[in-house]
Amino acid sequence: MSEPIEPTRRAGDEAQAETGGNRAAPLHSRRDFIAATAAAVAGLGLAPGIRLVEVAAAKPDDEPASAKVRWGMLIDTTRCQTGCDACVSACNKENHLGETRNPRTDAQWIRKIDLTEEQTGQSLSLPMLCQHCDNAPCVDVCPTGASFKRADGIVLVDRHICIGCRYCMMACPYKARSFVHEPHEDQNPLVPRGQGTVESCTLCVHRLDRGGTPACVEACAGEGHHAMLFGDLNDPQSAIARRLREVKSTEVRADLKLGTAIRYEGL
Amino acid sequence: MADYTYVDRPGRPAAFWGLLALGAFFLLAAFAAFLDFEHHGHIVSGMDNQIVWGVPHVFAVFLIVAASGVLNVASIGTVFGKLPYKPHAPLSGLLALALLAGGLAVVAADLGRPDRLIVAMTHFNFKSIFAINMLFYSGFFAIVAAYLVTLMERSLKPYARPLGFLAFFWRLALTTATGSIFGFLVARSAYGSAIMAPMFIIYSFAYGLAIFLVAQAAMAAWSGGRPDAATLARMKNLLAVFVGAALYFTAVMHLTSLYFAKQAAYERFILLDGGVHTLMFWLGQVGVGGVLPLVLLLAPGSCGRRVVVASLLVVLGGLAQMWVTIIGGQAWPLEIFPGYRVSSSFQDGVINPYAPTLGEFALGFGGFALAFVITLIAVRVLRFQPQGAAAGAGSED
Repeated sequence: MSEPIEPTRRAGDEAQAETGGNRAAPLHSRRDFIAATAAAVAGLGLAPGIRLVEVAAAKPDDEPASAKVRWGMLIDTTRCQTGCDACVSACNKENHLGETRNPRTDAQWIRKIDLTEEQTGQSLSLPMLCQHCDNAPCVDVCPTGASFKRADGIVLVDRHICIGCRYCMMACPYKARSFVHEPHEDQNPLVPRGQGTVESCTLCVHRLDRGGTPACVEACAGEGHHAMLFGDLNDPQSAIARRLREVKSTEVRADLKLGTAIRYEGL
Repeated sequence: MADYTYVDRPGRPAAFWGLLALGAFFLLAAFAAFLDFEHHGHIVSGMDNQIVWGVPHVFAVFLIVAASGVLNVASIGTVFGKLPYKPHAPLSGLLALALLAGGLAVVAADLGRPDRLIVAMTHFNFKSIFAINMLFYSGFFAIVAAYLVTLMERSLKPYARPLGFLAFFWRLALTTATGSIFGFLVARSAYGSAIMAPMFIIYSFAYGLAIFLVAQAAMAAWSGGRPDAATLARMKNLLAVFVGAALYFTAVMHLTSLYFAKQAAYERFILLDGGVHTLMFWLGQVGVGGVLPLVLLLAPGSCGRRVVVASLLVVLGGLAQMWVTIIGGQAWPLEIFPGYRVSSSFQDGVINPYAPTLGEFALGFGGFALAFVITLIAVRVLRFQPQGAAAGAGSED
């Protein structure tokens, strides 16, 4: 049986979850650490001189997530390019998603949506992912508490106690969650996936806790679009907090008052 | 009030074993489907990331709603003191337990991780109406089982009334919570309405009584008798009232929804151009499950066979209603960006297709089969079928 739910769980808890009956490989191998560090460094190197993203300080594994931090993202729809899906590809590669090529059952943690305003005809493109709501409906409706919010605002699924009822998928206003419909062999040990459980964007918590940034943000910067600004909403000096003070940004379905951590500019 | 007795071991043994084999066949088919889902994942079903709840849920929610409704027959006798209903109270309680067991078995079998059922019973998020429902279901089993014992054991008769009251209020709360599973979904056009809870209660009245009438007629036929005419006439009228009320609530829900501009497109989908969902609504829920039973129930003349046919139609209409509510509600795309036309690789902005598989139907029918087998064995080994002149016609005043 699983351990009791703690309000402040760490990425390591996720990574150690069961994956379709198989235990995930040990986390803390030197190779994993070097790979994660190299990826983070490479990501930063893509945009020398510009502090595109707030870099999370790596923290010890036994230290819980801190409520002093509130991770968030500002997506500039005027910079997001129609037809570009670098963020989606990066997410799929990072988390080993989408390998069966069945669009109706494959997991999609992030997707590009093309929009056309009905009255004006204005069109735009944007990435949609878990909005990491403050008042997350998925967390509210989950019968076992498997859907939970970390102290730093990241909404995750505890794969130990998800029973696969899919009520969270019914409740999510953003269709941000996917159900694992079949067994998956080729898994990222840092991102275990279990058949019969629900999953969604983790903001690449496994990278974040080691001082990295989400793969999608890195990929967007790598393409030179810089449409995704990631950082700590609670730090008034962070680039995202300063930008949010300067420009008009909106929550998607703001009428629901969910307090999303992902905000959109130009929508 | 005159006395009544119960038939001991009704029916011929051959008929019992034959019916048991029939039930076992459907249970085995459901078990095979369960193993298929469990082993290969839900990829073998017609459900996907857009239609996340499918045919198994249509059957499961119907059975759970009907379970609470079928207890009404007992409640009318115990709580409201209507004597003609009292002899039928044990069968009513038994059917309530059997139907709930069937419905919950389907829900459990459809879980992505059915092996973690114990997790669902030991980890509760009390903000989740789903978790609260699980407590209501467990409580329902305990309360109705105790109530049933007091109904069947003469020395415990004094406890029947308080337990009957408790069971009645518990069942109202349970159906409120079941309807709220949909009522609490804020983001989807089809749900997120307070009317869901009372509407599910009135649906449960109709579906439960319909199942009771079918079961009663089947048991009477099994033992070579026929249901008491006076009681049947009362229940017939009551079923007509419930079916009419169900239609009324359905009409109010859609008319209210039509008034809101933001709901117009969804209402147009369900009421006019939703294909199979529109057909399920008008032909299934309204026609077969509403208008036709009303005509049969309210037409003058002898009622015996017509009541059974009308009850069967109410059951079919109930399944159609669950299809419209559960599948139709998900088929309509989630409106994430009101005022925009949208498209994506994740089926945003499109009507979601759904083709249920045989396995899903097998699971659903398995729920009915479990309820059937439980009832069959119970009525064979215990005494549930009243007999005697007063079995139904007892004077109440």
